[in-house]
Amino acid sequence: MADTKYMTINMGPQHPATHGVLRVVLELDGETIVSSTPDIGYLHRGIEKIFENRTYWQGQPLTDRLDYTSGMSNNLAYCLAVEKLIGVEIPKRAQYIRVMLSELQRIAAHLLWVSTHALDMGAMTVLFYGFRERESCLKLLEKVSGARLMPDYIRFGGLREELPEGFLAEAQALIKELPGRIDEYETLLTENVIWKGRLKGVCPLSADDAITYGVTGPVLRASGVYYDVRKAYPYSSYEDFDFEIPLGTKGDVYDRYLVRLKEMRQSIRIVQQAIDKLPEGPIKADAPAYVPPEKEEVAQDMAALIRHFKLMTDGFRPPKGEAYASIESSKGELGFYIVSDGTENPYRVRIRPPSFLNLGSISKMIHGSLVADVVAAIGSIDIVLGEIDK
Amino acid sequence: MEQLITLGIMVVKNIVVVCVLMGFVAYTTLLERKLLGRLQVRPGPNRVGPFGLLQPIADGVKSFFKEDIIPDEADKTLYVLAPGISLFAALSMFAVIPFGPTVELFGQQVKLVIADLDTGLLYLLALATLGEYGVVLGGWASGNKYGVLGALRAAAQMISYECALGLAVIGTIIIAGSINLSEIVNAQAGLWFVAKYPFGFIFYLVAGLAEINRTPFDMPESESELACGFNIEYSSMKFATFMIAEYAHMFTVAAIVTTLFLGGWMGPGPAYLGPLWFIIKVFAIIFFFIWERGTYPRARYDHIMHFGWKFLLPLTLLNVVVTAALVAMGVL
Repeated sequence: MADTKYMTINMGPQHPATHGVLRVVLELDGETIVSSTPDIGYLHRGIEKIFENRTYWQGQPLTDRLDYTSGMSNNLAYCLAVEKLIGVEIPKRAQYIRVMLSELQRIAAHLLWVSTHALDMGAMTVLFYGFRERESCLKLLEKVSGARLMPDYIRFGGLREELPEGFLAEAQALIKELPGRIDEYETLLTENVIWKGRLKGVCPLSADDAITYGVTGPVLRASGVYYDVRKAYPYSSYEDFDFEIPLGTKGDVYDRYLVRLKEMRQSIRIVQQAIDKLPEGPIKADAPAYVPPEKEEVAQDMAALIRHFKLMTDGFRPPKGEAYASIESSKGELGFYIVSDGTENPYRVRIRPPSFLNLGSISKMIHGSLVADVVAAIGSIDIVLGEIDK
Repeated sequence: MEQLITLGIMVVKNIVVVCVLMGFVAYTTLLERKLLGRLQVRPGPNRVGPFGLLQPIADGVKSFFKEDIIPDEADKTLYVLAPGISLFAALSMFAVIPFGPTVELFGQQVKLVIADLDTGLLYLLALATLGEYGVVLGGWASGNKYGVLGALRAAAQMISYECALGLAVIGTIIIAGSINLSEIVNAQAGLWFVAKYPFGFIFYLVAGLAEINRTPFDMPESESELACGFNIEYSSMKFATFMIAEYAHMFTVAAIVTTLFLGGWMGPGPAYLGPLWFIIKVFAIIFFFIWERGTYPRARYDHIMHFGWKFLLPLTLLNVVVTAALVAMGVL
């Protein structure tokens, strides 16, 4: 006769609310959680290992497949690490465009989060509203890169090409519209009694615990810790921009929700400033050993053609050494640690995915709460399994 | 001969009511999807037939052709029986609901109700509870842990909200002085009970939502946490039967609200327009059900229990006392 006191249920890997293929084994006493074990690895593709057999160029598309809701940010983090390794100076214009695009990507990712979290909580309608605006953001990213989710527009030494015509006007129109749309979601959710009931005081994480577990991003800031890579270790000229870091107080799911909504508003501010202050100038660094020449140049100049061919087929060989660069992605601190042994392939690439470390705190969060809160907690961390399993 | 005609009328009434009801149920699924679509900036189903009008038929056909699975873990008898119980209860509730006044047809006085029971309201409350057994047994018998959780939630919710539901209708009984539904409708000739007894109307709507397991009270199903709860293992026509029962139940609750609070078949125009007014009012309530589903998140299980016991039950009790006092003083 088995011990019948507790019921073990298996949440995932096929479950609508685990956001991918996360599996959580729950021990239940009634509907109260006694213990929980998250189980990951269902989406493991060995991305870190694949990096070692690819040139630096070929590694970049792999980064899109990590956190597939914010490809632009992943590209940026990888490029920053490689650029540190090869030591090139990025022109201001490229830096500003990078900031603009990664903030648009953050807005898109947060919109996706608000939508799916609302759906998890049963509020269907917000899902469609959020996706409508997310689609406008993705259309902008598609306009510059040709892809909605896997852009590869940010390249070593700058950007792939100049912004398309009319992009700035469209971006301007979108960020003019967005605050009203966010207000719309807030009308449906923020003061809704049921929404507050589901979120307030649910699965809190204290500031100390958050730091202990290495949590970063909105989850950490909801617990009241002032840490944002954009402010702490500014990269890509973030120091030129004026924005605030929204903080929560209690660290519960409701605070995480509020922090994300406020972050979207701050991102809108940053995009606005980037559009206003966008300097003229080149978009690629002047580093012929690493940066491929422009297409027109290739068509007319023999030397450029050879250089382009060499870079594309053979790759480049950075000096021996190692570099770590991290950015504030929509989920938290995303870091790339690259070791070069002087060949065209990296010796080792280590990714610090924010979702993986944030997910570590799940057992602590949901201990003693109800089954319905597990859904709220998993949703509130905003995990992407592509990034966790790598 | 006289008896034969009465019997004939009876049979015709039965057939007409069931057919009309099932037709409405089928098309309410389409209406719900269309309306939700409009609320959610998308068109809703529009591929099958003009404006998607053949969608319910396509859904039905599809359900028939799907593989019917009975899990090894399931209790076979109850598993098969459960959807039937749900549908039976939801349909037979309609028997006592008057959808029109007494009209003269072919020289016969015909009451537009299948069974004009003197204990109509009691019968309704009893069957409403019975319908919940389908959900509880279905979830429990399917041998799935999520199903069991859904069933437990259904049971807890049923107990919590039946009390409030019962108390909410007592006011109408006090005012009308009868539990025969036709007489309750007749008692609203001057002023509908929604005006005389507005809190009862609101309480009944809320408790009714819990009764038919719709957002924000869709605990037994709650697809995001229990992955569909009680009907998780059901497939094919058994699943469809649960769905039909759910929508039929929604219709019945809307019809009861109409009968008890919105003056039933009453409306301007001649008597034979009664059924039309009745249907219009029922659809107004159904529109409300769909609208609120598009608006609200799902409440948490324990909050629903708190709301039911600590808020709704005392208030409905108070409402009954106040109504009784007002009736005794001759105000109502």
